[in-house]
Amino acid sequence: MRTAEALRMALEALRVNRLRSTLTMLGVIIGVLAVVILVAIGTGAKNAVEKEIAGLGSNIILVVPGQVGLGAAPTQSRLDLTDVAFVRRVVGDPSKVTVAVNSGEPVRVGRNEVFATLTGTDENMPNIFDRPLRRGRYMSATDVETRRRVTVLGAEVAAKLFGDVDPIGRQVTIAGVRFRVIGIYETVGSTFGVARDQEVHVPVTTAQRLIGLPRINGIAVGASGPDEIESLQSRVVAALDARYPDEKFSAVTQTQLLGTIGTVLSMLTGVLAAIAGISLLVGGVGVSNIMLVSVRERTKEIGLRKALGARQRDVLWQFLIEAVLLTTIGGLIGILLGVGGALLIQALSPVPAAITWWSIALAFGVSVGVGVFFGVAPARRAGRLDPVVALRSE
Amino acid sequence: MTTEPSATPPAAFEAIGLTRSYDLEGVSVDALRGVDLRIEQGEFVAIVGPSGSGKSTLMHLLGCLDRPTSGVLRVGGVDVSTLDDTHLAELRNQTIGFVFQSFHLLARTPALDNVALPLVYRGVGRSERRARAEAALTAVGLGHRLGHRPSQMSGGEQQRVAIARALVGDPQVVLADEPTGNLDTRNGEEVMNLLEHLNADSGVAVVLVTHEADVAGRAHRQIHVRDGLIELDSRSRTAPAATTEGDAG
Ligand SMILES: Nc1ncnc2c1ncn2[C@@H]1O[C@H](COP(=O)(O)OP(=O)(O)O)[C@@H](O)[C@H]1O
Ligand SMILES: [Mg+2]
Repeated sequence: MRTAEALRMALEALRVNRLRSTLTMLGVIIGVLAVVILVAIGTGAKNAVEKEIAGLGSNIILVVPGQVGLGAAPTQSRLDLTDVAFVRRVVGDPSKVTVAVNSGEPVRVGRNEVFATLTGTDENMPNIFDRPLRRGRYMSATDVETRRRVTVLGAEVAAKLFGDVDPIGRQVTIAGVRFRVIGIYETVGSTFGVARDQEVHVPVTTAQRLIGLPRINGIAVGASGPDEIESLQSRVVAALDARYPDEKFSAVTQTQLLGTIGTVLSMLTGVLAAIAGISLLVGGVGVSNIMLVSVRERTKEIGLRKALGARQRDVLWQFLIEAVLLTTIGGLIGILLGVGGALLIQALSPVPAAITWWSIALAFGVSVGVGVFFGVAPARRAGRLDPVVALRSE
Repeated sequence: MTTEPSATPPAAFEAIGLTRSYDLEGVSVDALRGVDLRIEQGEFVAIVGPSGSGKSTLMHLLGCLDRPTSGVLRVGGVDVSTLDDTHLAELRNQTIGFVFQSFHLLARTPALDNVALPLVYRGVGRSERRARAEAALTAVGLGHRLGHRPSQMSGGEQQRVAIARALVGDPQVVLADEPTGNLDTRNGEEVMNLLEHLNADSGVAVVLVTHEADVAGRAHRQIHVRDGLIELDSRSRTAPAATTEGDAG
C-alpha cells in the first residue's frame, strides 16, 4: 500500500469519526496553544525589560554601596557628596558623573496632591541618562550650587497636578516646601517597576536639606563608549574600595543587568514552556487512549481489511498515520490559535507578547513526535490483531 | 513454495489430516479433528452441518485467515505452512474473495470504495481501482449505487456489494460463510444467482457454508460436516461431471 493511500485512508477515518477526532485533538490543541502563548508572553516580557534598560541611556555604570545581587539585603548608604567629587576625579571627566538621592514625598498644587518620587540630582544627569525634556530646561550648576528650590517634573506628575495648564514658572509644594517648576520631562515609561514619569527632580543639595540627611543613594557614571565600560567600572570600584577599606561597593552596567535579567526571564520562559509541554504530553496520552479505544472499536474493520489482504504493516501504518495526523492537525490548529491569541493579548492587554519561531517549530515538532510516540502502541496492537478473532467479534 | 509434483493443474484446496483445536481456558476444544478434502478449480461446493460443527473454522483455514493445528493445507498447490503472515495476506488478496453472513462492509464508506478495498492492498492505482470497482458493482446490478453508503442500503444490496468486493480482484475462489443467512428468501435467491453465475461464467470456484437445504441444493457438491469431521461428501445428480479430470480452469 502506498503512503498516499494510507494518508487518504487515515483522513477518511478521521472524517468519519469527526467528533471523536476533534475531541482527541483538543488536548494537543490546548497544549500547543499554551506553549505558543506562554513563550510569547515570556519573550515579550524579556524584550520589554531589555528595552527599558536600553532606554535609560547608553554605557551607564551605576555605583551603589554594598553588594548587589539577587536576594541581597539593601545596604544603608554611607556615601555623600564628597564621594561624588572623589569619583569625578577618578573618572576624569566631571560632566560624566551624576548623583541620585531618592525619597517618596507628597507633591501639591492647590488642592491637587500626588505622591511622587523625589529625586535629588545635578546638572550632569542629562549627559548620562536619556531623559528628554518636553518643555522648559534642565537644572543648572548654579541651581545645585545655590541650593535653589526649582524642580523638573515627570510627565505624569505634571499632568496630574496641572492638567492642561502650562506648569512652567508655577509653584508646587514638595514635602511642605514651595518649588518653582522649570521643566517637564517627556514620557519615558517605567524601569524595573520604577515609574519614572512619577518622579520630580530637584537639585541634590536641595533634596538633602529637605530630607535632612547628607547621604546619597547612588552615583551614575557614563562611559564614553562600550569599550571603556569595563575598565572604568573596575577603576571606580577599586578607588572606592581603597577609600573605604571596610566597606563594599558595587558597580553594575546595563549589559550586566541585561544579562542577569535576561537569564532570569529566559529561565521563566523555559519553565512556562515546560509546563505547557507537559499539557502537550497529557494530550498525547489522550491520543494514545483514544487510539486504543478506536482499535478495539474497529476490531471488525481491522479483521476485514486483513481478510481482504492487508498486511500487518498496512494496518500498523494506517493507525500510526491516523495518530500522527490527529496530533499534527491538532498542532497546526494550536499554532494558529496560539499566534492569534498572542496577537490578541498584545493588542488588548498591557502584557507584551512576542511570537517566536522556535516555539512554533518546537510545538509543531513535539505534536508530530507525540503522535508517533503515542500512536505506535495502538497501531502495533491493530497490526497484530488475529483476523479470525477480529471477524468473529460481533 | 512447494508446488504439486503432478502434471494435473493444482487443486484449489487440498487438505490432508487437517485439525484445529482451540485452547479455551486450559481446556482444548477440537473444532476440526482430521479433515481430508480436495476442491478443484471451478467447483461449486456447499458445506453443510449443524451449528458448532466446525464449518466456519474450516472456511477460515481454507481462506488462509487461520493456521491449522496439524495437517497439511495446500491452496492452489502451495503449502500454506511455508508462508509467513505477509505472504498469507498476499495469497488472500490475490486468490480468494470472501463473502460473510453479516456483510462486513465499512458502513460509512461509499460502495465504490468498499469494493475497491482489496485492490488498495494490491497496490492498484486509484483510477484503475475505481474503474474495476465500478465494473464489479455493475456486474452485481448496483451500477447505479456507486456513491451510496452501506448504511443507506438494504441487506440484499449490501450483500451484493460484498460479492462485488469479492470478485473485483479476479479471485480463483470465493468463500462465502452463510451468505444468505441474514437475508430473506428473495434476496437470498438473488445472491445465490450471482454466485452461480460467477461460477458458471468465470470459472471461479465457489465454496459456501449454509444451513438451508435449498441453498445447498444449488451447489454441485455437498460436504456434510459433523463434530469436526466430514461425514458425507456427495455430488448432485444435476451437477456437471466432477472436474477432477481437469476440464475446468
Ligand atoms: N476462538 C475460539 N475459541 C474457542 N473455541 C472456538 C473458537 N472458535 C470456534 N470455537 C469452537 O469451535 C467449534 C466450531 O465452531 P465453528 O467453526 O464456528 O462452527 P460452525 O461455523 O459450524 O457453527 C465450536 O465448538 C466453537 O465453540
Ligand atoms: Mg459458523
